[in-house]
Amino acid sequence: MNNYTLVAIIIIYLAVLFYIAFLAEKKRQSKWVNNPYVYTLSLAVYCSAWTYYGSVGIAANSGINFLPIYLGPVIAAPLWIVVLRKIIRISKQHKISSIADFISLRYGNNRFLGALVTIVCLFGTLPYISLQLKAVSETFEIMSDDTSYISTTVIDDSTFYVALLLAIFATFFGTQNADASEKHKGIIASVAFESVLKLVFFLIIGAYVTFYLFDGTTDIYNQISITENFKELTTLSGVEDGFNWLFLIGLSFMAIFLLPRQFQVSVLENNREKHLKKAIWLFPLYLLLFNIFVIFIAWAGKLTFGSTENAEYYSLLLPLENGNSFLATLVFLGGFSAVISMVIVSTLALSTMVSNNLIIPYGFLDKFIKNQPERNSKYIKSIRRISIFTIIITAYFFYVSFSKELSLYSIGLISFVIIAQLAPSFFIGLYWNRGSSKAAVAGIIVGFLIAVYTLVLPFTIQAYTGTDDFTQYGLLGVSELKPYALFGIDFLSPPAHAFFWSMTFNLMSYLVFSLISKGNYRERNYAEMFVDSKNFSTLQDSALVWKGEAYVSDIKSVLVRFLGEKRATRALTIFFTKYKLPQDTQLADARLINFSEKLLTGSIGSASAKILIASVVKEEQISLVEVLKILEESKENIVSNKVLLEKSKELSQLSSKLKDANEELISKDKQKDEFLDTVAHELKTPITGIRAATELLMDEDDDMPKEIKAQFLKNILQDSDRLGRLIHNILDFEKLETGRLNLDMQYHDIQKTITKAISSISQIAAKKDVKIINKNLHVFSTNYDEDRILQVLTNLLSNAIKFCEPNTGEIIIDYKLGNEMVEISVTDNGKGIPVEDHDFIFDKFYQSQDQNTRKPQGSGLGLAITKQIVDKHNGKIWAKKGLKNGATLVFTIPFK
Amino acid sequence: MKKKILIVDDEPNIVMSLEYTFKKQDFEVFIARDGSEALEILKHHIPNVVLLDIMMPNVDGYQTLTHIKNTASLKDTKVVFLTAKNKASDIEKGLKLGADKYLTKPFSVKKIVSEILELVT
Repeated sequence: MNNYTLVAIIIIYLAVLFYIAFLAEKKRQSKWVNNPYVYTLSLAVYCSAWTYYGSVGIAANSGINFLPIYLGPVIAAPLWIVVLRKIIRISKQHKISSIADFISLRYGNNRFLGALVTIVCLFGTLPYISLQLKAVSETFEIMSDDTSYISTTVIDDSTFYVALLLAIFATFFGTQNADASEKHKGIIASVAFESVLKLVFFLIIGAYVTFYLFDGTTDIYNQISITENFKELTTLSGVEDGFNWLFLIGLSFMAIFLLPRQFQVSVLENNREKHLKKAIWLFPLYLLLFNIFVIFIAWAGKLTFGSTENAEYYSLLLPLENGNSFLATLVFLGGFSAVISMVIVSTLALSTMVSNNLIIPYGFLDKFIKNQPERNSKYIKSIRRISIFTIIITAYFFYVSFSKELSLYSIGLISFVIIAQLAPSFFIGLYWNRGSSKAAVAGIIVGFLIAVYTLVLPFTIQAYTGTDDFTQYGLLGVSELKPYALFGIDFLSPPAHAFFWSMTFNLMSYLVFSLISKGNYRERNYAEMFVDSKNFSTLQDSALVWKGEAYVSDIKSVLVRFLGEKRATRALTIFFTKYKLPQDTQLADARLINFSEKLLTGSIGSASAKILIASVVKEEQISLVEVLKILEESKENIVSNKVLLEKSKELSQLSSKLKDANEELISKDKQKDEFLDTVAHELKTPITGIRAATELLMDEDDDMPKEIKAQFLKNILQDSDRLGRLIHNILDFEKLETGRLNLDMQYHDIQKTITKAISSISQIAAKKDVKIINKNLHVFSTNYDEDRILQVLTNLLSNAIKFCEPNTGEIIIDYKLGNEMVEISVTDNGKGIPVEDHDFIFDKFYQSQDQNTRKPQGSGLGLAITKQIVDKHNGKIWAKKGLKNGATLVFTIPFK
Repeated sequence: MKKKILIVDDEPNIVMSLEYTFKKQDFEVFIARDGSEALEILKHHIPNVVLLDIMMPNVDGYQTLTHIKNTASLKDTKVVFLTAKNKASDIEKGLKLGADKYLTKPFSVKKIVSEILELVT
């Protein structure tokens, strides 16, 4: 393919990525940017050019040995829910911006440790980045030059420009904010997009090779299985290989947590903890898909080309060999995607570390204290930008001078082994509070030196001296010191060997130093918080053990330099409000110190933050006894706070109960007033009738006709009866409601009582021509006050009659035995009870709102009294709901 | 010409006494058992006075009064409340709505007659 075409494709592709990143930054809150899928895909930054090209190479050369690098992460994934969640929580709380920050904070904001971790990460990552550049360069050459793809004698400048473009991309989207703990949504979105591309393109080429160039997987297998060495490459040969596998799995297990780029995407760029739940199965699935075709492409390449010299690029060479340059371009772009995301995320992570843990704490702090806030933020950004360019360019030169000699796979493993040196202080520090900063420093240095000696030094020396004496005979000819067979262990592959020894010494140093050296109070304090991260969230600001003298104004002036006047003031206001301190507080306490350090951590790293704050406060030495006391106090505080909180909850519950009671009293008073009003009105009506009729009858001048006289007399009688009934009911109701009524419980036959009730009401029923049917004629005796139950029955029956149509009215009275109770029902075929009235019909003086009828005759107390009587018998009364027509009132009398 | 009176009350016994009394006073008597019946009658007749209870089903006394006050043809019709509600606030409300008189139950028949005659002559 033409060079220019290829460059054009690269530039167009980069433009697309820029656009995606730009869109994501613009719509930071969009669902497209913040979801578990984007999170999972961003984790796939793990699959770099090493995966894309290197796996095929290793599969061709040494069979299934490419697998352990993916098995580690697969094993790690389920543990994320526990481990990664803890790390994410701590990081968010402390605005941590890199793994160096994380480790240094765990060991008490140790400045040197932060710098050390940064250096280890630089050593571990720079060759890795150069590996990516190597892949770009070599694939570019393969794509552009169709005559001799093996030759790499001329440094192709295009790689340098690609590196520069990547640096620009990382700078643009990586340093928008001075606070490095802010999310980089643009970069993450583009990484997710690239993860999709590289997987899809790799699957396409895999399917193309397997099913188009060959006749499916069985075909490839049948062909390859007759070649020599086949068996060796597909099986684990003995214990040695088993150890190799074990160590490589362990190595990749650590890498998925510790690689700066993985820490960046999995911890720092995590939006929500719950995204982890999807990631723990989706990410292993991604890795699985990526590895499906690896072995087949490797075999197909071997069958096609015979040699394994360029095995890493089989996926590119196979389509080119068959004249399919379109597919080759896709593969190239997929690999390019893998490169871009790895390089950008790695440099982003490294530049933050370099600026926050190396440059700022070791040189620029004094300058910052004197500067204006705007300039500080500019400085911080400039430092990061320069770091990004420096890192990428350094990686480029590393590639030029070293990487050409090495395979993608071996450089990748060197990186892994170096980064793995962080494992003891990182993992053990999370769960063991004794781990101290001295131990972490010692472990990392020892492990790092051994890794360099056993893995980096041999090929470096060989590159410079041109002989392999060092590897052959060991340092100064001592055979125990052979770099690939330290102390006589010669059966492991170099990376597994280096990993084994460096990790052993690292771990031992860490444990021994932790046991013999106790950290200072600050360290122990942070250790406690990291290990006990559940309590940690409640301890929060007050967790810092600190004694000394500090003024709010001094601390504020430091904050202003980095956050600006507005943000600093706002932060302090929030702080004072949170802890209920007066806004003009002058003396700072431990909480404010801790709070301010946290605020600064995102911008300049935790070690620098500590140094900066320490520069304006007078800290006093604090003894171990005091530390323990303060810790104990803060724990007690939490406990007493909890007790207080509970008490105040109880109080507020009590006061709300009081309020309810008061409201109930008021409403009772109101009800009482209404009750009296209604009673008065009800009493006045018959009295009015009686008075008027009497007056007319008494008028002797009037010669009233006899029949009218009789009618008036009859009215008087009627009204008197009504008055009497009303008074009786009111007294009855009053008695029932105040609970002064004693029931006369006797054995009675329910059938007889029903019959009595019917006969007492039969006259009124006959008048309206309403039929009353007594359905259940069985005899059943139980305990109740007959007079009262009779009252209930007559009330229900007369109510039913009242609402029945004359002539067609029909009432059914029925009873049945239920669970330890008699259930008696009165059903009529009248107009029914409106739904909205169901809950109120048993209230005193309640009259339906839907008054289409005459005002019902009666006191308005009938059903209220009925309910009181039933209640008194421990029974229940209700109106059946959902009837189409008519009404059914049911009540129960329990028996035991 | 005979004076006309409309008696609006839902208690038949009370209505009977009033009816007898005003017929004796040579009134033409109309009877309604609630507000809606009263309004129906008022469509066809223009009485000199309406004797109005307040607590009645459907359309109560207040609504009936408001309706009368809003009907041009009834502008000369006097309205007298006759009710058991005798609290000061009730009386004030009734008069504010425009009732000409506010009488309470129980009542003296003679007193009612004199009050009504005072209004219509």
